[in-house]
Amino acid sequence: MAKKTASQSDQEAFQEKVKTCKFRDVLYETISGDEVKVLYTPEDLEDFDYQRDLGYPGEFPYTRGVHTDMYRGRLWTMRQFSGFGTPEDTNKRYKFLLEQGQTGLSVAFDMATIMGYDSDHPRARGEVGRCGVAVSSLADMETIFDGIPLDKISTSMTINAPAAMLLCFYIAVGEKQGVDSKLLTGTIQNDILKEYIAQKSWIFPPEPSMRIITDIMAFAAEEVPRWNTISISGYHIREAGSTAAQELAFTLADGFAYVEAGIAAGLDVDTFAPRLSHFFNAHLDFFEEIAKYRAARRIWARHMREKYKAKNPRSWLMRFHTQTAGCSLTSQQPENNIIRTAYEALSAVLGGTQSLHTNSMDETLALPTEKAVLIALRTQQIIASESGVANTIDPLAGSYYVESFTNRLEEQAEEYFQKIEDLGGVIKAIEVGFFQKEIADAAYRYQKEIEEKRRIIVGLNDFVLPDEKVEIDVLRISPQVEKRQIEKLAKLRAERDNGEVERTLKELRKSANEGSNLLPRILVCTRCYATLGEIIQVLREEFGEYKDPAYF
Amino acid sequence: MAPVSSNRQELLKRFFGGDRLALSRVISIIENERDGYREILASLYANSHKAFRIGVTGPPGAGKSTLVSRLARYYLQSELSVGIIAVDPTSPFSGGALLGDRVRMQDEGVQSGAFIRSMATRGSVGGLAQASRGVALAMDAFGKEPIILETVGVGQSELDIANSADTTVVVLVPESGDGIQAMKAGLMEIADVFCVNKADREGAEALCREIAVICEMRSDRSWEIPIVQTVATRNEGTEELVRAIESHREFITEGERYHLHLRQQIRSDLQELLEREISMRLQFRNGFEELLEKQVGRIESGEISPYEAVDILLGKELKLQ
Amino acid sequence: MAEKIRVLVGKPGLDGHDRGAKVVARALRDGGMEVIYTGLHQTPEMIVEAALQEDVDVVALSILSGAHMTMFSRVLELLKENGADHILVTGGGIIPEEDIKALGEMGVGRLFGPGTPTDEIVEYIRGAVEEARAK
Repeated sequence: MAKKTASQSDQEAFQEKVKTCKFRDVLYETISGDEVKVLYTPEDLEDFDYQRDLGYPGEFPYTRGVHTDMYRGRLWTMRQFSGFGTPEDTNKRYKFLLEQGQTGLSVAFDMATIMGYDSDHPRARGEVGRCGVAVSSLADMETIFDGIPLDKISTSMTINAPAAMLLCFYIAVGEKQGVDSKLLTGTIQNDILKEYIAQKSWIFPPEPSMRIITDIMAFAAEEVPRWNTISISGYHIREAGSTAAQELAFTLADGFAYVEAGIAAGLDVDTFAPRLSHFFNAHLDFFEEIAKYRAARRIWARHMREKYKAKNPRSWLMRFHTQTAGCSLTSQQPENNIIRTAYEALSAVLGGTQSLHTNSMDETLALPTEKAVLIALRTQQIIASESGVANTIDPLAGSYYVESFTNRLEEQAEEYFQKIEDLGGVIKAIEVGFFQKEIADAAYRYQKEIEEKRRIIVGLNDFVLPDEKVEIDVLRISPQVEKRQIEKLAKLRAERDNGEVERTLKELRKSANEGSNLLPRILVCTRCYATLGEIIQVLREEFGEYKDPAYF
Repeated sequence: MAPVSSNRQELLKRFFGGDRLALSRVISIIENERDGYREILASLYANSHKAFRIGVTGPPGAGKSTLVSRLARYYLQSELSVGIIAVDPTSPFSGGALLGDRVRMQDEGVQSGAFIRSMATRGSVGGLAQASRGVALAMDAFGKEPIILETVGVGQSELDIANSADTTVVVLVPESGDGIQAMKAGLMEIADVFCVNKADREGAEALCREIAVICEMRSDRSWEIPIVQTVATRNEGTEELVRAIESHREFITEGERYHLHLRQQIRSDLQELLEREISMRLQFRNGFEELLEKQVGRIESGEISPYEAVDILLGKELKLQ
Repeated sequence: MAEKIRVLVGKPGLDGHDRGAKVVARALRDGGMEVIYTGLHQTPEMIVEAALQEDVDVVALSILSGAHMTMFSRVLELLKENGADHILVTGGGIIPEEDIKALGEMGVGRLFGPGTPTDEIVEYIRGAVEEARAK
């Protein structure tokens, strides 16, 4: 055995000494249940190689960031996710946010739209405009973006199963504004795999869903080249109760599955990979989260270059959006949520995010009010302008703790990739409920830890205000919204050229059967005001519907 | 036997009038052995149509519920009124149960057309067999036919269910292990039909061959066990499965064999009822605990062996000899 | 021994957030109850039909999409129409105080917000069922 260095002896001495200390009786684990040591030292980074493991910002493997200048060149995009009520209501909120200095839009749709039902469908009852804006046709989309020039802003749309239709609605609005589709910038979430895994807003079974996605990738590469075609999302996986390592591993596994699907569909990896982006959660455990973002970039770069043989560096680098963790907020003492969100947002910035949504303090109670949204936006502006953290790139690099956790998360992710591969890939793993069970177990464990007070959440299981009366304004959606949307649809159906609608839908059905790219057909349907529900219905009939397998 | 109480009579009247809420309530009475349940069972028995009962069993994750849903859909389309009993295990730790089979029967036609009842195994020996038989009888007397009993796979529960069914389908999947495993688990003895589900997966053919080889080793081969391949999620092979089930049904209902089958069922029913009743009566008999304790003491002190204690208990104390 | 409490845990409406429903379903099981889970995307009609067939004591609904007023009132209405209004309807989700009050007046039991300890839900259901059975 090699002779101990002085530092090793010192370390051993410290370890002996610290054993005699009496620690506070709390859990010394990350929020994901990973052990945290009392101290991290160079011993934890024995094989550390700066060039190999970190490199420089804007260079492989991008651990330190995807741009050479990072936030000195351009701050992250402050993109608050919002949308509610009628398209008119949402249009007003967007104009307010843009006036307040927000730099991108992010559309939240209501559940009916997300599930592909028009506002007047029986299954939409009670859902219209509730947790997002109702969009049933191009007409609604025109209203949402009325007076907002699509060549000047970028728009992110949280839409998955009907992503192709909403993208076409957006393109058609652009056409009406005279904006060429090649100039449009934005993102559709379009990540159906995480729907089966965590978010559960699916329509079609996995196979046809993957076909729609490869159709979108192929179409967008030609027609909307600046558009991010998939936002591979860990956010919802985390919200469903996963650990950080599961969020990281499952998200990247989904991402690789899309890459493989694209390659299998005959596309060159470098034509579509640069348009893939990611979306992560920013949860409570500050350092674990920072390590997660850094590990994510490194894993993506390594796999894209080495496994998938991408040659274009833009295919290697992982750009991502972050949203602070909705599930970390409490309905008790809701103002405390401002502080939680601020720390979570800070971790995302220190982790090098490209865009950020900060939650409003009242989101566990209802849709956020204008005031709450403003505070959330101001939180980001304070981090950007006052805290000084944006002055230098990846300031936590070299921290024994952060680097060792970055390595650990990468290892845990690789272990998961192996398990998924052993199960036969992501879709097979979904079919046997692998992800669903892993997440449900983690969620239950976390809940138990809180209930047994092994984990403290301020205001929830400690520092509770007895007889607290929550006094907070909430935004209410009037039942009139549903009524107005139904009336508008009736008018639309009466006034449009129904023969044309029928003809284009028939063409779409043909394309679904033939296997030709669906997107051009959907765009044609969109232009003559075929509704979202009508377009989806054609595909539902052709592709079938997916049902909840309900794994525990 | 005591007469049926007046509100129970009212319930039975609603039951025979076709009120599904009354069926649901009757099932609860039987399952929980509430006061008067035996009287109710007796009156249901008198109104039984001897509905055909299909048992479906196999290891967890074999896709049984989806398959049951497909079978139900098929029978519903033939204008039959299907009853489904879906059994899930009770947690030995808490006594609670998560009954999730219903979720996998989300075919809207099945949800509106069939009567689905989830049951937990609840742990008492012989209890499930009797309760599920009672529940099946309730569905039968209500006019449900066929009745499909689904149980999750390994242990006592599927044997109990197999005994209550006319035709038992054992569902296996390529990844659930080999046919040898199934034989060890005692599934060979209860299978009237084998169903290899998820047959689009690797290893399906090999599994079928393996089962066939094992089937050939049986001593009684008057019934050739069919092996059907299905992909329940895509509704493939349902018709073949129904055909196999129906041909077994024809087999057992043929002339003298049917008579024997019925007698066999009645006999095992009766025996089980009797055994359970004796054990219940013993347990609830005054002073039973003390008697037991007394003998435990004697065995512990080395005075007598447990075998002698049984003789003493049955003879001198309980006067059953 | 007391009879098992049977609870139907349902997800009416279109939102797919089943983390809470599943955690509660497990907690109820661990509390010794028999739990029938309906899965996602159920209509009130489907939920009530399942509740009738399963003869449950309690229907617990989880709704996070804001459609709670419509869903709860429809479930109550259908139970009543089918002569099953003895079944306790309770639940949880993101439901503003004012709506909780209004739903309580309609006959809905307690409604639990995010962060409620599951023990509290288990105890509430056990207490309510025992009380109803004692009557």
